[in-house]
Amino acid sequence: MRLPCPLCGSRDHREFTYQGAAVMLDRPAPDAGAEAWDSYVHLRDNPAGATRELWYHGAGCGAWLVVARDTVTHAVFGAELARQVRR
Amino acid sequence: MRFSGWQILKEGLTGNHGWRPHWRDPAPKPEYDIVIIGGGGHGLSTAYYLAREHGLTNVAVLEKGYLGGGNVGRNTTIVRANYNLPGNSEFYSHSLKLWEGLSQDLNYNVMFSQRGVLNLFHSDGERDYAARRGNSMAIQGDDAVLLDREGVRRIVPYLDFDNPRYPIHGGLLHPRGGTARHDAVAWGLARGADARGVDLIQNCEVTGIDIDRGRVTGVQTVRGPIRAKKVGIVVAGRSGQVAAMAGLRLPVESHILQAFVSEGLKPVIHHVITSGVGHFYISQSDKGGLVFGGALDMYASYAQRGNLPGAEHVMEAAMHVMPMIGKARVLRSWGGIMDMTPDGSPIIDRTPVDGLYIDCGWNYGGFKATPASGFAFAHLLATDRPHASATRFRLDRFRTGRGIMDEEGAGAQHNLH
Repeated sequence: MRLPCPLCGSRDHREFTYQGAAVMLDRPAPDAGAEAWDSYVHLRDNPAGATRELWYHGAGCGAWLVVARDTVTHAVFGAELARQVRR
Repeated sequence: MRFSGWQILKEGLTGNHGWRPHWRDPAPKPEYDIVIIGGGGHGLSTAYYLAREHGLTNVAVLEKGYLGGGNVGRNTTIVRANYNLPGNSEFYSHSLKLWEGLSQDLNYNVMFSQRGVLNLFHSDGERDYAARRGNSMAIQGDDAVLLDREGVRRIVPYLDFDNPRYPIHGGLLHPRGGTARHDAVAWGLARGADARGVDLIQNCEVTGIDIDRGRVTGVQTVRGPIRAKKVGIVVAGRSGQVAAMAGLRLPVESHILQAFVSEGLKPVIHHVITSGVGHFYISQSDKGGLVFGGALDMYASYAQRGNLPGAEHVMEAAMHVMPMIGKARVLRSWGGIMDMTPDGSPIIDRTPVDGLYIDCGWNYGGFKATPASGFAFAHLLATDRPHASATRFRLDRFRTGRGIMDEEGAGAQHNLH
């Protein structure tokens, strides 16, 4: 599996660390309540198929990426810089 | 038919015409008291213990494919009770006790082989941890023997004791641990459940869960609707999809775990041997293949196959611990879909929907839990109360923060287990 880093190009996935579903970008407000925080930290859609995930390019440029990928076929559709997605 | 030496002799002398299928192939009835979604090891175990312990036989097990076609047939068959934390300790201890009587209980040889599980350690820190873990096991009433380097060398002389990076300092031996024949476990439990009147319905994918005013009323399947007073979800890696049919999101992310088997060899490895180096574990099957595996690939996946870096990592760990393995050829590899929870411990609990129950989150350790998981889930389904061995496997522990069971001490976060 290779991931297309927007800064470095196509790279072996061993250069990256997987963080989890991209819902991690939608951090609730500190006072949003237990349900919202439980949902953010623990609960997952866990899709079989297309998904969006956070990966960290630790052995490359050090950027956080949002990778679009298929969990059934391991096909990778694309990647964006997380800081641009979040904006 | 009861299996026995006498039956084998009799059938052998009369042309083996008397053997019958081990279970029926019934069509689904319109209604059951309890419907279990998932005909894997844990689902079949649940059905078996519902019938055996609680006398509940108006029960159906609905299986999307064929019985035992999922993770119960895609693991490394290791059975052990060597956990640290309250919650896990008593549960796996109970499971090991059930394993010890399982073949007799089922009248079906699951080939449970208590060959001993040996966890190697490679540093002083790891030795301290092994000693502590051994004490936890002993306090729970299970067995653990701390071996020094020479003690390990006496029983497994072929390891690389002087590896410059990971020298072997000793090991923690768990003599009652071992392996079992994974398919036989599924088949034996299926046969036992079927013989007591449970309907095992294959090729019956559940497509919806019917809920009326907060209470489950049945399921929709590819073979038509089935009404049920209670529904249990026991679908391992697919837990997220099935729970979503009831509008639930779970603290579960499904990952891929690879395993490998070599060509058949003469008996050479007589224990289950594990090493913290790359989370490596190996045993030899009764057919002679070396069965081994390592850590997750560490990304979400439903592919039932992994990528080559995962395979390479396992092979490297194998060569570190056991250089002789380099001469064996890998015959095949496979992947199982692991339902990973944030703290690495399972869930057996009610859901917010009345009458809907879930048994999931077995991470990479579901096989050894097969009897006790079914035992505890059957108890919950039958009595609405958790069994004493599984009171801490709560669905809400992540939201409340109470009773997190993080064996590795890494934190209750999805990508850390």
